[in-house]
Amino acid sequence: MDDPKKLAEFQEKIDADIKIEPRDWMPEKYRQNLIRQISQHAHSEIIGMQPEKNWLTRAPSIRAKKILMAKIQDEAGHGLYLYCAAETLGVSREQVLNLLHEGKAKYSSVFNYPAITWADMGAIGWLVDGAAIVNQVSLQGTSYGPYSRAMVKICMEESFHQRQGYEVVVSLAKGTPEQKQMAQDALNRWWWPSVMMFGPHDAESAHSNQSLKWKIKRESNDELRQRFIDKTIHQGEILGLTFPDPDLKWNESTGHYDYGKIDWDEFWNVVKGNGPGNKQRLNHNIAAHEDGQWVREAAIAYADKINSKTKTA
Amino acid sequence: MNHNLFNYCLQLGDTSLILSHRIAEYCSKAPHLEEDLAITNVGLDLLGQAESFLKYAAEIKNDGTNEDDLAYRRKEKDFKSIHLSEIPNFDFAFIITRQFLIDAYNSLLFSKLSESNDETISGIAKKSIKEIRYHLQRSKEWIIRLGQGTNESNKRIQNAIDELWMYTNELFYDSESEIELSKEGTATLSSALEKEWRNITSRTILEAGLSVPENIHYSLQYGKDGIHTEHLGYLLAEMQHLPLLYPDAKW
Repeated sequence: MDDPKKLAEFQEKIDADIKIEPRDWMPEKYRQNLIRQISQHAHSEIIGMQPEKNWLTRAPSIRAKKILMAKIQDEAGHGLYLYCAAETLGVSREQVLNLLHEGKAKYSSVFNYPAITWADMGAIGWLVDGAAIVNQVSLQGTSYGPYSRAMVKICMEESFHQRQGYEVVVSLAKGTPEQKQMAQDALNRWWWPSVMMFGPHDAESAHSNQSLKWKIKRESNDELRQRFIDKTIHQGEILGLTFPDPDLKWNESTGHYDYGKIDWDEFWNVVKGNGPGNKQRLNHNIAAHEDGQWVREAAIAYADKINSKTKTA
Repeated sequence: MNHNLFNYCLQLGDTSLILSHRIAEYCSKAPHLEEDLAITNVGLDLLGQAESFLKYAAEIKNDGTNEDDLAYRRKEKDFKSIHLSEIPNFDFAFIITRQFLIDAYNSLLFSKLSESNDETISGIAKKSIKEIRYHLQRSKEWIIRLGQGTNESNKRIQNAIDELWMYTNELFYDSESEIELSKEGTATLSSALEKEWRNITSRTILEAGLSVPENIHYSLQYGKDGIHTEHLGYLLAEMQHLPLLYPDAKW
């Protein structure tokens, strides 16, 4: 059990919006909760490289290829900051990667859906990154200092990605009938997975209450989801695209969009590992890691040689 | 149209375009995250160089063609990339060796091209040489690290060097456009770079505890002349997929 006095002081700091730093005392549950959330977030960035990588070699112009390549690189960079933020809590990158590879750590389920046309590069940027930003902007105010600072940097880059994704959707929506159909088809496939990215409704969210009290999370799943829906609908409608939700309509009295019932059976099934891409995504990451084993070993052996030379010199 | 200048820009642009494509294929597969970031930087630099040369080639052609038409709507036989850039990513040792051999070559070539009397070429070369020096530093360090690392890494990097060495013949082959343009001070002869290239690469290979392969002359026809490895066709089929499937679409 944590010391009640320390716990009370900790909560006072949180309530006063003082950031918690790596050397500060923190409840073990706070630490574990953060490790889980930050490493999940890091894994999401890394696994999230895969659906986009699927079209990098088929990007239809040099400009599009440069943008996509830089975007995927940004995601690797985000993963790196986040693994470093997790390290400040006492877990190594290797430890959290092992948990991922053993299937014990999660990542955002949305990346288990396949990217099957070029329009998906638009939809992922517009919708998936768009949803991620809503969450991440909120997390800039998270109570743990290193996580909060990583979010500030990540948000700046993500907002570029979102605009670049939207630009792809715009060019397709204004293109040939086939291109417009491609954009509509991508919206149909990515809309609900994006809406589900915020996680279960507040009443069913396992970690929410404690996380809100400790200001690890600043707003609830449903609040964030509503904000994403409200800001996105107009962006699609202006392009003449239709959202795959017949119940979607503006509600004058609430000042928000009403939306239809989310298929939580599908959400949980994909979370459990039964989505179209779970096995593929994880296998790809494991294979890359295993293929690189000899290179990492060589780099360590070489560094050791250099170090022992400098010591004896 | 200045055919030699056009062909020469394709030769330079295509090599960077194809090599950057190979790097794009490797995305998300690096041994660790830092390497994924680093190699993508190299790929992005190369893609930028390709774009500059293909833009210039399109300007020279002056018939409404743009750089994307040249990248995405040309046939294999019209590409002038060197064979070495076309070699697939067999493993990290091949990726690093391919890069090192080309980086060493490019560092010499682009340094000469910075003095070209064609302002566009010298301009691209001056910008690129800064990037290439960094690329060479990185690939050179990897050759040494892998050569001196473990027994396995030593074997793998030596094997990659041995396997890829035959393709270095082409680096020093003077194409027709090079011969003509070097007379005017626009281009530089590839053959003139050979001695210094052998110095640079040998130094690093020996420092890595590896051996420099014997220089055998293979009977080859070259990418600079539009005769390619079997690998290029597959690469182009993938790269050009969308523009060929939807010829009327703009992206």
